[in-house]
Amino acid sequence: MFMTNGQVAARPMTPVVGRIRRRRRETQDTFTLEIELEKKRRFSFAPGQFNMLYVFGVGEVPISISGDPAESDVVRHTTREVGVVTGAMRGLKEGDYLGIRGPFGSAWPVEEAEGRDVVVIAGGIGLAPLRPVLYHLMDHRERYNRVTILYGARTPEDILYKQELGRWSARLDVEVFATVDRATRTWHGNVGVITTLIPRAPFDPKNALAMVCGPEIMMHFCVRELHRRGVTSDRIFVSMERNMQCAIGLCGHCQYGPHFVCKDGPVFRFDQIEEFFSVREF
Amino acid sequence: MEASAQQEEKPVAVEGGLRTGMINATEMQRLIDVLRKEGYQVLGPLLRDGAIVYDEVEAAGDLPAGWMDEQEGGVYHLKRRDDDALFGFAVGPHSWKRYLFPPMRRLWQAERKGKGKFRVIPEEETPQRRAFLGVRACELAAIAIQDRIFMQGPYVDPVYAARRQNTVIVAVNCGHAAATCFCASMDTGPQVRQGFDLALTEIVDAERHVFLVETGTETGAALLAKLEARPATNDDLAEARRIVERTAESMQRSLDTTDVHDLLLGNLDHPRWDEVADRCLACTNCTMVCPTCFCSTVEDLTDLSGKTAERVQLWDSCFSMQYSYIHGGSVRMSGMARYRQWLTHKLASWIDQFGTSGCVGCGRCITWCPVGIDLTEEVRAIRATAPPAPALEDESEY
Ligand SMILES: Cc1cc2nc3c(=O)[nH]c(=O)nc-3n(C[C@H](O)[C@H](O)[C@H](O)COP(=O)(O)OP(=O)(O)OC[C@H]3O[C@@H](n4cnc5c(N)ncnc54)[C@H](O)[C@@H]3O)c2cc1C
Ligand code: SF4
Ligand code: SF4
Ligand code: FES
Repeated sequence: MFMTNGQVAARPMTPVVGRIRRRRRETQDTFTLEIELEKKRRFSFAPGQFNMLYVFGVGEVPISISGDPAESDVVRHTTREVGVVTGAMRGLKEGDYLGIRGPFGSAWPVEEAEGRDVVVIAGGIGLAPLRPVLYHLMDHRERYNRVTILYGARTPEDILYKQELGRWSARLDVEVFATVDRATRTWHGNVGVITTLIPRAPFDPKNALAMVCGPEIMMHFCVRELHRRGVTSDRIFVSMERNMQCAIGLCGHCQYGPHFVCKDGPVFRFDQIEEFFSVREF
Repeated sequence: MEASAQQEEKPVAVEGGLRTGMINATEMQRLIDVLRKEGYQVLGPLLRDGAIVYDEVEAAGDLPAGWMDEQEGGVYHLKRRDDDALFGFAVGPHSWKRYLFPPMRRLWQAERKGKGKFRVIPEEETPQRRAFLGVRACELAAIAIQDRIFMQGPYVDPVYAARRQNTVIVAVNCGHAAATCFCASMDTGPQVRQGFDLALTEIVDAERHVFLVETGTETGAALLAKLEARPATNDDLAEARRIVERTAESMQRSLDTTDVHDLLLGNLDHPRWDEVADRCLACTNCTMVCPTCFCSTVEDLTDLSGKTAERVQLWDSCFSMQYSYIHGGSVRMSGMARYRQWLTHKLASWIDQFGTSGCVGCGRCITWCPVGIDLTEEVRAIRATAPPAPALEDESEY
């Protein structure tokens, strides 16, 4: 099913190359690359999975797949520039190549969520790994009960995928709530941390399923609010981030207690990791 | 030859071969010659820079005849024995992992092809046939553990697998335990039980210097058939077993593994972690000498012209700060968190991950720790002062 499967099996550490077909600036520090694989290889993935992207001579980093799981001719990644590799990646132009290995990791529970109220909670770049879920929900809207998107960004300028969020919030069957830490003059929406949106969000805690992605501290407080509303840990899913060098469970870097975030995660059902989640420096 | 996990515990009897045999110590040369003639590079113990290390052995004379090691926390030195035993020592700073999972290797290369374009050149490795001579019981256990990690998960490390398949193992039962050894309490030794092609027990006294040879595979049986051996008697076997039993009895250290998984993971905020962190230098020695530690990192290199790039893999350690670095800072900043990661992984979460402890009781991490930190002591201290019922559930505050 997966494009690099044969490749990954035989040489799990060796990337294939892909060509940047389109490059799109999302915000001042984020950009989306549309990558076409060499030899027109197809690519399929499950929402929540990630690839290892390699910039020639610089390094390789884990980046979630942010495209539509229904499309297979192109791989999309939205990256925030934070350091050496993501900085070099930002400098790549349309037509340039990068190395790609994947897809790796676990997926968001889009099937398990069927028939339920679905609450998608994202902070900052955390919306990128959840966008494939949103595409899937919109494409199969009839399979789900209420759909709510809660999104928090630093400032209105940092809001990712503005057009799409706008399109989705225009739908009658989807509720989108956004909040920013710092407002600008033109912002008429919510100001404050994302957790303030949870108590008011329209979902039934008894049957809702929540998918949360963002900085660990943000997920920590979101989970606490979800618990307060009565959503149990077995219906909360989070995506964890740890240093990753191999993505195949061999280098050890991504360990989180018994788990390897690269192969057992990045998406975990919260009760799988709950006992460690509040342990500092674990 | 096969991965130890697939091997039967009982030696395989082979037609025309011997299940057991007795050889004179002088036959060691023939064993080395036979292996070399069959295309194996023979790796075994030899003296270098004041330690017994593993490297290529061309002749039996390279083996550290008549030497033994004395070890304690932070202490290792060699001493003459009063006999000429070839394997009369315990384990040194090297482990066999360096030959199956090398400290550094190239993963692939890449070459620029015009502006912005490049191609990836996979690394081809033709594995060298190798014979490991003098593998201890704890080391066999360590190899079996790394087999699980590198060959039995969803992804296989092809280089490890290829090297492993091309390795012949000549194990040796221990006639001497260092003061740092605790394999008996980890149930990994000192008696060799599985995962070998040949297993030797050295019998050296006033009358004789011989080896009991036992075969674990057909490869081993074929090797034994090429040696000048006489059948082993029941007395020979009994004497060999007695030697190993004496070694087990002489062992000074032990680690109580009862419920150690819950003990450690249920005491993540135990004050002992801070106490040991005050002594630990985070030098990474313990992880480098440990025969089961498998962490690695990668480095990207380019040539001056920027035309070619390569990616190499290097051993890494959870004691380094970069190990857990993610944008914004390392997850495990404090030495406390790093030591805790090491020990909880080794003795607890390893069991969740691979169905086995990550410690085989070889004692290397104790000997090679510059400040002599001893994991058996750390576990004992936590056990002694842990609250009576460590309950994992209590950790979450929700
Ligand atoms: C499963 C997963 C999915 C991710 N998805 C995305 C995404 O969709 N978009 C996005 O912008 N970012 C994503 N990240 C974070 C991204 O991997 C880091 O921002 C990136 O590695 C930083 O690399 P750098 O060299 O630019 O930063 P530097 O600060 O220079 O980091 C140096 C090195 O440290 C390691 N490192 C640093 N930060 C991280 C991190 N957060 N996670 C893992 N390794 C790190 C990398 O090896 C990196 O090369 C994801 C991380 C994980 C684990
Ligand atoms: S943890 Fe120490 S005693 Fe245990 S296998 Fe590793 S080096 Fe040997
Ligand atoms: S425990 Fe000892 S050997 Fe290991 S990192 Fe600390 S000081 Fe070094
Ligand atoms: S990234 Fe290497 S083990 Fe998970």
